[in-house]
Amino acid sequence: MCLGIPGRVTTVTEDAGLPMGVVDFGGARRTVCLSYTPEVEVGDYVVVHVGFAISRLDEAEALRTLEIIALMPGAMDQEIGPGPIDEAAVRTS
Amino acid sequence: MKYVEEYRDQALAHRLLGEIHAIVTRPWSLMEVCGGQTHTIVRQGIDDLLPSQVRMIHGPGCPVCVTPLELVDKACAIAAMPGVVFTSYGDMLRVPGSHTDLLSLKARGADVRVVYSPMDAVRIAIDEPDHQVVFFAVGFETTAPANAMAVVQAQRLGLKNFSVLVSHVLVPPAMTALLDDPDCGINAFLAAGHVCAVMGWREYEPIAAKYQVPIVVTGFEPLDLLEGILMCVRQLEGGRAEVENQYIRAVRRDGNPHAQDVIADVFQVSDRTWRGVGSIPGSGLALAPAYAGFDAETRFAVGDIVTTEHASCIAGAILRGVKVPLDCPAYGVSCTPRAPLGAPMVSSEGTCAAFYNSGRTREQPAVLHLTDNAGTRG
Repeated sequence: MCLGIPGRVTTVTEDAGLPMGVVDFGGARRTVCLSYTPEVEVGDYVVVHVGFAISRLDEAEALRTLEIIALMPGAMDQEIGPGPIDEAAVRTS
Repeated sequence: MKYVEEYRDQALAHRLLGEIHAIVTRPWSLMEVCGGQTHTIVRQGIDDLLPSQVRMIHGPGCPVCVTPLELVDKACAIAAMPGVVFTSYGDMLRVPGSHTDLLSLKARGADVRVVYSPMDAVRIAIDEPDHQVVFFAVGFETTAPANAMAVVQAQRLGLKNFSVLVSHVLVPPAMTALLDDPDCGINAFLAAGHVCAVMGWREYEPIAAKYQVPIVVTGFEPLDLLEGILMCVRQLEGGRAEVENQYIRAVRRDGNPHAQDVIADVFQVSDRTWRGVGSIPGSGLALAPAYAGFDAETRFAVGDIVTTEHASCIAGAILRGVKVPLDCPAYGVSCTPRAPLGAPMVSSEGTCAAFYNSGRTREQPAVLHLTDNAGTRG
């Protein structure tokens, strides 16, 4: 039930006194209430839960998490072979 | 999809697994609180890839599962009334009540409708002024801001035909109730990332200090969960018990103050019974007096409710992490997602349904495959 999906804000509007926006989830677009993330602008990514954006995603932190993992020593590399796509994974898609 | 695929990278997952294997020296039991995290852990077989010393206990964090039977029965009683449009998140429709469920009532002609957002229920109330529209407001702190805003909007619009049946639950009191159990074997918690996106993690700091348990705020993708588990094991091996945040991209220490303000306006903390667990003081939210006019429990008299759980269901022990579905004789035999005896077999976030949908049997171990999990939960 508590599905929270990241998506990109494509428009910011208002409806019946509430700040609203259209959010793109990898191609599917939905109207979302932005009351709880009044700071977001077009192009920002938000976590959406039951029609409400509950958090703005921090791109720099998202990249940093992946970089930290990629720098781990990889103790299992010998067993499974080196990770082939570390750099690609760190780049944003 | 951005912020999803990157966190399912198999090579990076193996780096995290390698690090967990490298640092663990003793047995530890970790509980993931949130049902969305349970879904990912079981679906991706993460628990089976961990070192044998690290055991995952699946917690009570499925709101569908812990909604008290009495409220499910009340929902059914209200939904059966003429002139009522009963609206609910889809997961609640098949939750078994004492005698029936909402989906069966719908099949028999009751006007039960699935909504994606509580604002959809408000819209129905605007469009259908001759009907009484009731919304089943269940969920954890993640869902409370949306459900609260629906009530605020109904009041702003002066809607007389909208009400909510409230069964909100709160995570920290449930964690302390588990920790207060003398048989509790939990060494550390993965805290639910989206609950903390709303509430922050200040409330968890005194829990970590009092009970000396590491608590790591964790996201929902496989890499998030593996990193959260690694951070817990690091703390345990190092003798630390702190609150740390793995889900930095979405969660700040103070959470979302705008959402907290509206929750505090619309709701007040109340005692709440958790299905299968029992009553936990201060573990729920009820409508604040200023919004009492929107309370479906007072608007609709449903009479005395006598609840009856199915005799062979061990949902309570599963929700407390004392047993796993494979311990239950009914699992996969007389209890399946198509014909559930208990709530954990209904929602995909319920532990029993997560096991069943991933093909877990006593003979069938899990495998790691990181690409077919739709969305992030919590």
